[in-house]
Amino acid sequence: MRPYVREKKSFTFDEVPENTSFEAGYLTTVNSGWRSIRPVIDAAKCVGCEQCYLYCPDGVISIKDDKAAIDYDFCKGCGICAKICRIGAIGMEAERK
Amino acid sequence: MRKFLSGNEAFAEGIRLARPQVISAYPITPQTIVVECLSEMVEDGSLSAEYVHVESEHSAMSCAIGASAAGARAFTATSSQGLLYMAECLYYASGGRFPIVMMNADRSTALPWNIYGDQRDSLSQLDSGGIQAYAENAQEALDLALMSYKIAENKKVSTPYMANLDGFVLTHTYETVDIPEREQADRFLPPYETENRIDLENPRNMAFSAGPDTNYIFKYKEHEGVLAAREVITETEKEFAEIFGRKYTGLIENYRTDDADYIIVTLGSIAGLCRETADKLREQGIKGGVVRIRYMRPFPNEEIAASLRNVKAYAVLEKDISFGNEGTVFTNVNSALKKAGVNVNGYNYIGGLGGRNISASDIEKIYRDIANGTESVNFIGIGGEDIG
Amino acid sequence: MANKTAESISRDEYFYGHKACAGCGGSLAVRAALKVLGQNAVSVLPAGCMSAVGFNFPQLCFSNNSIISTFAGTASMLTGVEAGLRARGYKDFTAVGFAGDGGTADIGIQALSGAIDRNDNIIYICYDNEAYMNTGIQKSGLTPFGAKTTTTPAGANIHGNIRPKKNMFEIAAAHDIPYAATASVGYLPDFIAKVQKASKIEGTKYIHVIAPCPTGWGVAPDETVEIAKEVVDCGLWYLAEYEDGEFRLNHNPKEFTSVEAYLKKQGRFRHLTDDDIQIITASRDKKWEHIEKTFQL
Repeated sequence: MRPYVREKKSFTFDEVPENTSFEAGYLTTVNSGWRSIRPVIDAAKCVGCEQCYLYCPDGVISIKDDKAAIDYDFCKGCGICAKICRIGAIGMEAERK
Repeated sequence: MRKFLSGNEAFAEGIRLARPQVISAYPITPQTIVVECLSEMVEDGSLSAEYVHVESEHSAMSCAIGASAAGARAFTATSSQGLLYMAECLYYASGGRFPIVMMNADRSTALPWNIYGDQRDSLSQLDSGGIQAYAENAQEALDLALMSYKIAENKKVSTPYMANLDGFVLTHTYETVDIPEREQADRFLPPYETENRIDLENPRNMAFSAGPDTNYIFKYKEHEGVLAAREVITETEKEFAEIFGRKYTGLIENYRTDDADYIIVTLGSIAGLCRETADKLREQGIKGGVVRIRYMRPFPNEEIAASLRNVKAYAVLEKDISFGNEGTVFTNVNSALKKAGVNVNGYNYIGGLGGRNISASDIEKIYRDIANGTESVNFIGIGGEDIG
Repeated sequence: MANKTAESISRDEYFYGHKACAGCGGSLAVRAALKVLGQNAVSVLPAGCMSAVGFNFPQLCFSNNSIISTFAGTASMLTGVEAGLRARGYKDFTAVGFAGDGGTADIGIQALSGAIDRNDNIIYICYDNEAYMNTGIQKSGLTPFGAKTTTTPAGANIHGNIRPKKNMFEIAAAHDIPYAATASVGYLPDFIAKVQKASKIEGTKYIHVIAPCPTGWGVAPDETVEIAKEVVDCGLWYLAEYEDGEFRLNHNPKEFTSVEAYLKKQGRFRHLTDDDIQIITASRDKKWEHIEKTFQL
């Protein structure tokens, strides 16, 4: 479970809350546009050690079928995962524009 | 039950009946007795609350905001420099729509240092948001304490409430006060219920930022909340009268205004002396009246305009000065009259700064001077024959 | 391949979609701590980087209950939240604060001291990126000696910040706090273990975690974790705990890596002269003498 992007992104006068309290984890925008480079997992090399998952500041890496998987909607392309991976299973590639 | 109590003690009795769940306060003269009383009530078990010994007024209100955000009924109290130190959090509490009740013992602000009463502390915070009430006597102080939560917590209002008691003159003066029964108080004031709170089942993100696209809407709604208190104060006082038998008159209290030629508009404990003086002058053929402002926010625009519509002249007597201009209450009153199309002569009397006494003869002179016309802004005790 | 640390914390993400800079060490600290504390963490964050990047209505990035406090009021709001929830009968929750170095060591130190003095049952985490990063890299009380910031320029006359970091860890310990610890996001399992430990202790807990800011430190975004490791390895930071009145060192490097190498990697230190580096190295050695004495190594 994690915050996720909602359908409703803008709010009319009546829909704006009466106070500064709102549903937790309500996202309206993604961060993918920030990237100039993207991490790419080499599934053949990845051993699922989860170091990248632990150290990702954005929490965009999860482990699926014992391999790292990246949520590119929210990955900012910082490259920490590629550096932390001791076996070189993550490469940084130029973002396709 | 009738007891001989100071204003501070009476207010604390009202707070005990209101059952706050978290009390956070820092001592400052002349507020201290309230927080001492409350700590004793917590100690003897007659008040079941978390009493937090915060290390400053800023933390007092910050803690109260946290408690209110947790859905708890919160109370704090301060005065003067403490109120100013807390100021950031006053805006915060109001913007977050947290119905925290605080007592402020109205006191002069440094420099020069002075511990006695004037209203420059609270009046400087009119723009911080929230409701501002001014008590005249200990009974009203107690009753405001009890009514305050009911007004502030009303869903339409949902805004902080500052009850002001004149430092020493009210906080430390003893009167006989009627303390309502616990059972009646509980019937009057139900426990606090709100959706504006931390919710462990359905988590919330609170006290967030809002950019230019929605920020003004939050601010507009904050304004509407304070305005909504107008009606809610009336409703609450009606219910209060039904249960406790004491009647209050909404945002202002009029005294002999119906046929008055000259009215003094004032607030707080000095109103009593104004009424006595008005009575005395009526015996001499001068038709005086008094408007006591009970709430500075929401401001009683229509009520004041209605009371002053037919006078020959009015004076605003206040323990405040906005340097370089005039007293803030005077500014507010004039604005009310302008909006209502009332065009009568008005004069400002600044007095009581740093606790300086305002005497009956000072007040009598105000009535006589405004009948003849005088300066727009007058300082009692400065200029003319009154220097001393 | 099981990762013990990963297995010990929640798989859920509680701080997600935030607008922190790429490679932000502070966001890593907040994310990791919330994965320890889980759904019933109630977080309080003052005005600062993490609140600025996480709470812009309607983009709200915490999936647990979270609230922004005033800049000075992290600890006092934590106190209120904890007292309020307890007064309402809740027991199963953790009130946790995340404040930066300025919010902790400068403007928030009074409220923090008050909370520790009262022994309020809260966890206070200082994510230390060594300057006011949110406002554009101004010097704070935790900016290290020699660092160039936008208010401690490095010129011919003065070479950046002229004062060392305040010792917040020992300041907290001096209150006889039930638990205090230092950590670094470069040693994440150690930080996570400390948050886990703190969550089981009654009273006030203070954890001071070094969390590099690539933007303010002048390193590449992918170097955050390495530089946070290196600051420990070269001895300018250390991993320690204070518990039951005793100091304990968790990581005792046999020999330090080069201070100069650590400094020269960062834009904020690039102006330092050999003499400056000598001063920093000497102060490190003096610090470790103090550690050895105080911690009875």
